[in-house]
Amino acid sequence: MLYDAFVAPFAEFEFMRRALVGTFALALGAGPIGVFLMLRRMSLVGDAMAHAILPGAALGFLLSGLSLFAMTAGGLAAGFIIALAAGLVARATELKEDASLAAFFLISLALGVTIVSVKGTNIDLLHFLFGTVLALDDATLILIAAITSITLVALALIYRPLVLECVDPGYLRSVSRAGGPAHIAFLALVVINLVGGFHALGTLLAVGLMMLPAVAARFWARDITAMILIATIGGAFSGYAGLLLSFHTSVPSGPAIILVAGALYAGSILIGPVGGLLRQAFPGRHLEA
Amino acid sequence: MKAALRFTDLTLGYDRHPAVHHLDGPVEQGTLLAVCGPNGAGKSTLFKGVVGLLAPLAGAIDLNGRRAHDIAYLPQIAEIDRSFPINVYDMVAMGLWRRAGLFGGIGGAERERIEQAIAAVGLRGFEQRAISSLSGGQMQRTLFARLLLQDASVILLDEPFNAIDAKTTADLLDIVRRWHAEERTVLAALHDLDLVKAHFPETLLLAREPVAWGRTGEVLTPENLLKARQMCEAFDAGAAECVQAA
Repeated sequence: MLYDAFVAPFAEFEFMRRALVGTFALALGAGPIGVFLMLRRMSLVGDAMAHAILPGAALGFLLSGLSLFAMTAGGLAAGFIIALAAGLVARATELKEDASLAAFFLISLALGVTIVSVKGTNIDLLHFLFGTVLALDDATLILIAAITSITLVALALIYRPLVLECVDPGYLRSVSRAGGPAHIAFLALVVINLVGGFHALGTLLAVGLMMLPAVAARFWARDITAMILIATIGGAFSGYAGLLLSFHTSVPSGPAIILVAGALYAGSILIGPVGGLLRQAFPGRHLEA
Repeated sequence: MKAALRFTDLTLGYDRHPAVHHLDGPVEQGTLLAVCGPNGAGKSTLFKGVVGLLAPLAGAIDLNGRRAHDIAYLPQIAEIDRSFPINVYDMVAMGLWRRAGLFGGIGGAERERIEQAIAAVGLRGFEQRAISSLSGGQMQRTLFARLLLQDASVILLDEPFNAIDAKTTADLLDIVRRWHAEERTVLAALHDLDLVKAHFPETLLLAREPVAWGRTGEVLTPENLLKARQMCEAFDAGAAECVQAA
């Protein structure tokens, strides 16, 4: 009975196993990236960049159909260009970076949907926006795994300046020049993870597996290492539970995964021990001074 | 002996408006120097210039062969994100940056130094506490522990005792005096003139332009302080180009 509900879908169907491996790999890279986005107060930047990838991937699709290489290359190019352009506009004008990103991503989304619609059908458009996690082929899985591996190694290399730049940017600048390059490397990691997530979850949902477990983790840990661990496990669990939910109830799988992550977040707001609502409402008797 | 720092006709500022104007003179090795002046007098700007966060509009700062990164710098506490999830131990450990850098390991000897620094500022037992749970005084003690680990020969403190109680100020002043005894060069931006008179042998009074620089008793006279206040209140958005610079 339990086996039927929780294990059998993955044991019996290869597409479920592939989807599970794909989401686990995504969660492994997206967890820490999401935590850093949140701590750097860039949560919405992730969202904006995810949209920005769409026109690039759509151009790849326009030129060579549903080719993994073309769509990945297009997505990466668009992501980097938007990240760079938003940074430049923010630096060269009075506009703050978040405002310029908002402008870019609205344009990108409209442009991307238009390009896809020119050549493809509504089904194609749905694939772009919400992904095809149940149809991950070998090449896509390898791409996602590679992106995750690169992400983890690169994060290990830039971990110290990344942390220090969040806590005490003035100090970092006084001891090292690593802050700027680390920030750029981090933005690059955000882009490649979103492109990986795009293949499984689409441009609209890719950022969900990144941000939702991260903001949920904030309610469970006071320490950044624990936060990263919790976010990663939360993301992987969302993948597993979401796929099961979708299997048993025929809900589309991508949204199901994000809904589970959303439920984890809502539950964390409620019962999380670090600043959760219940904890605030019933803090317990105060302690000795 | 060559001075630890030497300012040569130094002008620092933002958007062509000078915040420190035509500063000249040496800071000898081992000096304990208070930098005083009203808000907006250029104290923080001067420190940012010394550590290389701000390029001079004119003139130069000679660091006597040091790199700017070798100078320990305590920024104003408001520039730190206190909500970041990091504990006291890790915050202090960042003082080893020059030694450990991006990837260097932190071994037994370093751990011992970190623990010593934490003990020296009276924070033993607080190692695992998140910085968000610290009081203002405890946070400043944490930052002083980090400065201790930096082990620098020139130390800049930007308003280190703002909103800090008397006990903590006294403890932290002990550390400053220890640095002075070890012949390190310490510059501190301060507002509390009684504290300056009691503990700092030399003072630089700034009001964008240097008003006076020398022995504290001779610098902090009522006339000089009045002059500093008047000079500082005169910010002119439509200022003409400086003739002296030509």
